[in-house]
Amino acid sequence: MAARERDFTAPTVQLLTPEGQLRPTPEAEPYLPLVEALDDTTLQRFYRDMAVSRRLDLTGANLQRQGQLALWVPSHGQEAAQVGSAHAARPQDHLFPSYREHIVGMIRGLDPVGILALLRGVTQGGWNPDESGNFHLYTLVLASQTLHATGYAMGLQFDGATATGDPESDAAVLVYYGDGSTSQGDASEALVFAASYQTPQVFFVQNNQWAISVPVSRQSRSPLSLRGAGFGMPSVRIDGNDVLVSYAVTRQSLEEARAGEGPSFIEALTYRMGAHTTADDPTKYRTDDEVAYWAERDPITRYRTWLEGRGASAAFFDEVDQEAADVSADVRRRTLELEAPTRETIFSHVYSEPHPLMTEQLAWLDAFETSFEGGEA
Amino acid sequence: MSGIDEEVRVTSDTTAGASVMDVATESAAPADAVRGVHTMSMAKAINAGLADAMRADEKVLLMGEDIGPLGGVFRVTEGLSAEFGEKRVLDTPLAESGIVGTAIGLAMRGYRPVCEIQFDGFIFPAFDQITTQLARQTLRHEGRVTMPVVIRVPYGGHIGSIEHHQESPEAYFAHTPGLRVVSPSNPHDAYWMVREAIESNDPVLFLEPKSRYWPKGPVDLDHAGLPLHASRVMRQGTDVTVVGHGAMVSTLLQAADIAAEEGTSVEVVDLRSLSPIDYGPLLDSVHRTGRLVVAQEAYGNVSVGSEIAATVAERAFYSLEAPVLRVSGFDTPFPPAALETEYLPSPDRVLEAVDRALAY
Repeated sequence: MAARERDFTAPTVQLLTPEGQLRPTPEAEPYLPLVEALDDTTLQRFYRDMAVSRRLDLTGANLQRQGQLALWVPSHGQEAAQVGSAHAARPQDHLFPSYREHIVGMIRGLDPVGILALLRGVTQGGWNPDESGNFHLYTLVLASQTLHATGYAMGLQFDGATATGDPESDAAVLVYYGDGSTSQGDASEALVFAASYQTPQVFFVQNNQWAISVPVSRQSRSPLSLRGAGFGMPSVRIDGNDVLVSYAVTRQSLEEARAGEGPSFIEALTYRMGAHTTADDPTKYRTDDEVAYWAERDPITRYRTWLEGRGASAAFFDEVDQEAADVSADVRRRTLELEAPTRETIFSHVYSEPHPLMTEQLAWLDAFETSFEGGEA
Repeated sequence: MSGIDEEVRVTSDTTAGASVMDVATESAAPADAVRGVHTMSMAKAINAGLADAMRADEKVLLMGEDIGPLGGVFRVTEGLSAEFGEKRVLDTPLAESGIVGTAIGLAMRGYRPVCEIQFDGFIFPAFDQITTQLARQTLRHEGRVTMPVVIRVPYGGHIGSIEHHQESPEAYFAHTPGLRVVSPSNPHDAYWMVREAIESNDPVLFLEPKSRYWPKGPVDLDHAGLPLHASRVMRQGTDVTVVGHGAMVSTLLQAADIAAEEGTSVEVVDLRSLSPIDYGPLLDSVHRTGRLVVAQEAYGNVSVGSEIAATVAERAFYSLEAPVLRVSGFDTPFPPAALETEYLPSPDRVLEAVDRALAY
């Protein structure tokens, strides 16, 4: 008896080779016009954002090592997946991050100090999505946000805020999660609801190969992009270290979503070059060879090569480096100025309306703390 | 208090709850224009409350399994999909976490979702979304985002059903900061409490005592009477206070009737809200009677009843003539239905505790 077919494969869509050549794979050909339509300013902005992200990553890690943050969540290696997809969204779109998409928030207008405030332990939130380009709060319970995003997209649909035919106003939702999160039940339930209600939504999975110390092979025996297809939505696997394809495929998917064509799924193949968080030690579970393999596929290096080939000047790259350093220095300075909130903050927004336990317990804590003032205790 | 309180008390019948299989189909919810006092079941009262809330605010929508054309397994949403359409009465995929998780997103978008969890024992797939997400969104957003989400849960025993269909999971949610937890004991409260729950900007677990779905009682559609989180004395007495919520209130009223025949005057307090708990009327009562019995269907260990006993001991220590006593479900999973009458606190179990309290 012949063995049953177990060869699950999906092509990887790529525009920019690891060597920095614009050489679309066959599946990438349809996306090329979206990239050709981008002007030099936008193309340079992609580079700038990736460079800022990488520089800020270093600042965050240093702040943690210096005891100024409880934790830093590195994104080194994932810049192309994040920057390309973020630029694909229109201003009216809503983005639901996991907790690693710092540059996505910044592209949407978020002051990154909000993220550092969260990681410094002075807030459980950090920013106002309404004033941060509809970049919603980080969600630390993996995949929970996939359902919030889907519910939000259902709301857009019920409101008639999408699929009117006007891409300038029709809204869509972009939700980020990772390869580890795809194993969570909520991630599957979100795909079920999205497919069922045909929500205006794009699921963007950054497959960075590792869920802390567990490889993606433990999460899935088949390409993750097949997950979306299994739930009945268009799915594509992209080279997540190619900022151009990340932009183009996400752009196309969001435009289809806002036009009423339903949800879609993108798996971006990338690599977490650094640790999961500053509490992690990747040398215990992965090889130098693997890291070297991915270093050769670095998203920034290949994009720089391509921009240089198009005539970008050395001065441009120097300016970007300086800007990245300035942004990081500013974030560092303002992070160090963040102060602990007052004790009222423990109680003030647990409920939106008055609640007797909050009132009683704050009064008790105030009296208790005050009892020590001026005393020897 | 309106005259409704007297009438509510009269409805403390001993009718066993109807099973899911022989639910009588009732007529559609009363139109908004038909006000005044009506006699109806709790199921009908909740149906009317949902309908009136949906008429009053187009952002109110219902989500759940089988709540559309079927009207829910208890028919509480009967007729609503016909009136409001499938975009406001959502027959969702069969996934509780998905229901609550998407309700959170809808609330972020300005909707006021009312989710139905089909049975008490099926709420746990949604436990993570309820406790780590729904209950904390407002805090995370520093008050900029509110979560006006109601989660309706038919709960409790007395219906002779199979595993996961007779449970009382209220303690998990009363223990969770950021949630409000309420449970009506009669049709009038059910109508008004579901409306107030929907108007609340905080998430509310709305626990519906399913064994009380079918007995009828008066509902005054013009006068709410009490705020959502108020507890209330349902029957005045002088010797012992007994307190409970949901279906337990009718058991307590039966116990009080029996005690009265034996010469003991029992005061009955309907808790109505499990988080926050309105201790005022309860403490006033204990100051007068000096004795308290707390009754609940739920497991007694680390329960709402435990919290009440501790708080009353702290706040009314010098008024107490006896320790606060608890009557609860046993600390076992709910047993096979053939044993439910031995498992569930009965009037006799309550009276046994009343006698013990009086013996001090």
